[in-house]
Formats: sequence, structure tokens, C-alpha cells
Amino acid sequence: MLNIVLFIVFPYVSVILAVVVGSYRYFFDRFTYSSQSSQFLENRKLFYGSVPWHYGVILVLTAHVLALLFPAEWGILIGVPIRLYILEVTGYILAAIAILGMTMLIVRRLTAIRARVVTSRMDWVLLAVLLAQVVLGLWVALFYRWGADWYLHTAVPWILSLVTLNPQIQYVTVLPVVVQLHLLGGFLVIALFPFTRLVHLMTFPITYLWRPYQVVVWNRRARKP
Amino acid sequence: MDIRAQVSMVFHLDKCIGCHTCSVACKNIWTDRKGTEYMWWNNVETKPGTGYPTLWEDQEKYHGGWERKSGSLNLRLHGRLGGLANIFFNPFLPTVDDYYEPWTYQYDELFNAPEGDDQPTARPISMITGKHMDIEAGPNWDDDLGGSPVYAANDPNLGELTEEERSQLNELERMVFFYLPRICNHCLNPGCVAACPAGAIYKRGEDGIVLISQEKCRAWRMCISGCPYKKVYYNWSTGKSEKCILCYPRLESGHAPACFHSCVGRIRYLGLLLYDADRIHETTLAPDDQLVEAHRAIIQDPFDPQVIAAAKANGISDAMINAAQHSPVYKFVKKWKLALPLHPEFRTLPMLFYVPPMLPVLAKLREGHYEISGVGDQGLAPMLSSLERARMPLRYMAHLFSGGNEEIVAAVYRKLIAVRIAKRAQHVSEATPDEVQQAMTVGNTNPEEIEAIFQLTSKPTFEERFVIPPLAREMAVEATLDPFTHKPETGFGFRRAPKRGG
Repeated sequence: MLNIVLFIVFPYVSVILAVVVGSYRYFFDRFTYSSQSSQFLENRKLFYGSVPWHYGVILVLTAHVLALLFPAEWGILIGVPIRLYILEVTGYILAAIAILGMTMLIVRRLTAIRARVVTSRMDWVLLAVLLAQVVLGLWVALFYRWGADWYLHTAVPWILSLVTLNPQIQYVTVLPVVVQLHLLGGFLVIALFPFTRLVHLMTFPITYLWRPYQVVVWNRRARKP
Repeated sequence: MDIRAQVSMVFHLDKCIGCHTCSVACKNIWTDRKGTEYMWWNNVETKPGTGYPTLWEDQEKYHGGWERKSGSLNLRLHGRLGGLANIFFNPFLPTVDDYYEPWTYQYDELFNAPEGDDQPTARPISMITGKHMDIEAGPNWDDDLGGSPVYAANDPNLGELTEEERSQLNELERMVFFYLPRICNHCLNPGCVAACPAGAIYKRGEDGIVLISQEKCRAWRMCISGCPYKKVYYNWSTGKSEKCILCYPRLESGHAPACFHSCVGRIRYLGLLLYDADRIHETTLAPDDQLVEAHRAIIQDPFDPQVIAAAKANGISDAMINAAQHSPVYKFVKKWKLALPLHPEFRTLPMLFYVPPMLPVLAKLREGHYEISGVGDQGLAPMLSSLERARMPLRYMAHLFSGGNEEIVAAVYRKLIAVRIAKRAQHVSEATPDEVQQAMTVGNTNPEEIEAIFQLTSKPTFEERFVIPPLAREMAVEATLDPFTHKPETGFGFRRAPKRGG
């Protein structure tokens, strides 16, 4: 019963929360969508926190998503031991970088008083959850070898079964507790997404790569340019 | 030809008395909210000085504006990919210490302190942290050359002066300064718009006012670096950038912007300019010393039938064209060529122009009297500006207003000097008719122009200084909104409190 709540109900609830509340916030309270950068108030520590954290976690997360979207190709990629080792070791390093960055960010918010005054309660929750999630991830990767491989046969089919509305929890119920915590932590982050500054992730300005430099807004344009 | 209208400004620096009334008027209306305490959308700097934020003109430090590289125009801050790569940390962002930490005083201590041996004091407390703080800098910390060995001496524009010229500026008898009021230039090629990854900053097509959509801003904070004039500010409380909005709610209802309206020295002029948007790109690519000429060339004659036809084809109303024809800005910038853009070499095509201040002449102390050496031998009346004897080297002015082209600044000064000599000849008869004629020839002007310049400089009415174009925003919104619904909703634009997001 607990497993059903944790591995079926909780993931669905978190995704629905993210979509519904996130959309509501986007369409009815868009002003609150912001990365809430505090670089203006504290510059130096942010560099050593923000840059490693973002690059580390984005690359690790990308690997997770790629393996989920293309399990067959991922399987071929790690089919040769040397490629698996390189991938895993890269993952350890990136995770360690992200952990160091996040630790720095937390220390910064604790010690830099200017940054602390713009830190909300939800910010603290988010910082703690994200740090725990990445630490758990590195833990799993280090002590339950080769996650890049067994991920394909446990979490991936479980998530795909959730996506296809045919939940199969037997893939994950037998896993060690630490692994299960990491899986649930992922959905906790998704659940926190609409309630925190994490929403800035959805508005990543990729369009900057091609939009015209100058933006001119007309109320009523008689002649098209 | 793509004729567009631009609400433009002229600041006549000779008339600025440095009273900061403009700054206070602006602050009381727009930036007295939490997170904006340190912002001065309008500020008045003492020049020479390092300005606000400190050393804003130093683009080696802040990487603002554009640069011309092998025939193309690049943002100094980043390329497109670089902009996204630096999004987690902007290496060129000024921090609050580059402005100043805003503070207030614990006034209630004066009343509530328990009885004791010492006089109660009102200690300064930070408006960011709420904690006690030591004040290290404030707005206009270097006002009137205060602390000039620290501030004025580091003015980036002094870089090209000789050692002798620099040391002159430190001699008490030769010291010189003037005021430089600054607001957003509402540029034709704004760096802030181009630097914003989210595309939240835009130029209004109808009047050229540059605004930040508070709904679209995501605090990527590239605009702050991208603007070479540092006229975009970060609200650390709401997590949104803000900037001068040229008081558009006032403009739309026919009022001059607050800083213009309140200007004590009446240095400010506001009016419409028509420009050819098709030529923006080529204009920004002109060599440094030709930028002012190129900038003047992009501004079109509002009396030219071709221009009028093109403007009408673009949906510019007759009333707007009429406003452009009466624009005091057009006269100062294009007709008389007296007003110059600030730092045109940043290549954003700023639409705020400055009439440079008359330069005081050098005096020497001799036997207890100040003596102006060389007076008279150039046919110039005493106590008038003389370019050759100016305390502030022309090169400094050229660095500020003409991309280093001294000839352009000199031409402005020759005309200003001619106006002064001619008018003084009428009233105090210092100069002979020959001298007046000579000054006019040198200044490339004539009695009619001199009279017009004099009238608009010294005796303009409110309506002559501010020819506020009928923006007819109520008609523009008609297509989508009931004007009567729209009217009470205009302003800074929040129908809910600007609450910081979680």
C-alpha cells in the first residue's frame, strides 16, 4: 500500500502539481516568474557556487533524460565497458562539482547577510532538497555500481509505465532504500517546482540564439515592416 | 525609408546648476519602493568625476554597449551563445557596492533611547539588511568635486589628457567642473534590449520609449551590463530590472516627464524627432570620429515632403508630424548643430543630446588679483569663453560628446561664443561690430540664428521647451481595449502588488 502511494500516487500528484500550479502561475501571476538572482547583492561567492552547480547538475540531468528517452541507444552506448567507465566517472565528477557548488550556495546564503535577506523559506527548502538529491545520486552511483546500466531496467521502465498510464511498480519496489529515496527525491523536486524559484528553469531563454537583437513593439502598425 | 518618431531630449549643460531637483522629483514618483532605494533613474553627476555607478563609462570594466569589429557590430558584453553560457553568472555585473548601499537612520532612537549619560544618536541602518552599517558611499558622494583625488582624478575621460593638463585640474585656481544630468537615452540601437536573453526589453514603435516588461523579465541581469550608460537597474527585492520610463504615463496625458517639469535651471527640452530606421545599422558602423555626423544624418527634416509622406505611410499622425516640426530638439540637434550625444562611441545611438557647457577661461593669480591672460588679443571680449584658454581641455569634451572628434565640439563652442558675444554687444556694448562679425564668421552663424538660439536658450516658455507630441495612446489602445477601461489602469501597470515570487 505504501509502495502504491509512493511510487504511483506521489509521482502523479507531483507532476500534476507542477503542470497545473506552474501553468496557473505562468498565466495569472507571471510577474513572480523570475530567477530571483542575488548576484547584485553578493558577487564573489556566487561565482564559485552558481557556475559549478548549474553546469554540473544540468549535464548530469541531461544524461538521465537522454537515457530515459532513448534507452536502446543508451544501452548500446554503455555496452562497451570502457565507455561505461568513462561515462560513470564523468558522472561522479560532475555530481561532485554540483555538490560543491550547492554547498557553496548554501554557505553563501548563510554567511552573506545581503543574500540572506532575499532568501525565502521556500528557498531554504529547495536548497536542502536539491543538495540531498544530488548527494543521494552520487551515493547511489558510487555504492550501487553501474547505475548507468541498471537504470535502464529499473527506473526507466517504471517511469515509462507511469507515462503510459499503466503503472508497474515492481521495477522499483525491490531496489535499496537509498535508490528509492533518490527516485522519490526527483519527484519531490518536480512537486516543489511551481512553488519555488525553480520555475526559472522553464523560461530558459533559448530563443536568444535566434531572436532579432532589437525588439520594437507597435500598438497598431499601419504598414508591415 | 522607414520613418519613425522618437521622443527625444536636449539638456543644456550651461544652465544646469546641479540642484538635483530632477533626481528628487523622479525618486519621489518612481523609485521610493523597496528594492529601488539605490536607483536614480535620473542622476546628476559632477564632471570630472567617476559618476554613478562608479566608473560607468569604463567599458573595459563593464563591457557595455557595442563595438565595431571587422565591419560588423557586436555587443561588447557577449555573443548569443556566450550570453546563455554566462547566464548563471554575469562576469561584468556591477554590484550594489558599485552604486552604494542605501540606508536610513534609526530616528526613533532619538526619542526612545533610555536616559543615560550620552546624547542619543540616530545610527545609520542599511535599507537592504536592516542592520547597522558604516556609510562608505552615497549618491553623489563626489558632488562638486568632493574627494576629487579619489573620484575626479579617476574619470575615464581624463585618460587622453597630458600630465600637465591633468595636474592643472587639481590646482585650486584652475579647478573646473560642470554637471552632467543623466537619464535613460532611449537609444535607437539600445544595448540593453539586445543583451536581454528573455527579450523582455522593447522599444515602443510609436514614440521610441524603451521599456522593460515586468512580466517577461526573469532577472538574467544582462541588460544592466549591456547598457553602457548603466541606466538599467536591478530591483533586488522583486527580482526584476527597472529603468527610466520617460514618465510615459505623464507624456501620454500631455505632461512633461517629472524631471523635465521640475527642472529649476530649465535646462531640459523635449520634442519629437523623425528618423530613418532603415539607416540605423549603417549609422552604428560609422568610424568613431564620424559618429556624430552619422547620427545627425539619420535624423530627418520634418518639413521635407518626402519625409512627411514616408512618415504618414508609417502611420505617424499629422499631429505628430506637426509636433516634430516644432520640436526644440530638432533645432538644437540638427538645425543649429549645438547638441551632441553623450559618448556616441558606445554606438547605441542615444536620443538624449547635450549642449556642452561653456568653458571657463584660465585665470592666474598675480599680486593678489586674478588675471585672465591674453584677453583681447584674439578679438574676444574679457570674461567670455575662449576655446584657446579654456580650463577644461577640448579633448575632454570631445571624449564625452563626439567620439574624440575635437573639431565637432569646437564648432559647437564657436557658435555658442558667437551667440554670447553678439548678445553682449547688443546689451553691454563690449564688442565692436567688427568683432561680432568676426565671431559670427568663426561660429558659422548669422544674426537670425543667433536670435533664435538666444530665445530658445534664455527665454523659452514652458510650451517652447516641451513640445509634447500627442501620443494618442487612447486611440492606439482602442483596437484591443475600451479606452475608458484602459485609462485608469495605466501607470507603472500593476493591478496587483509587485510581490516577489517564491
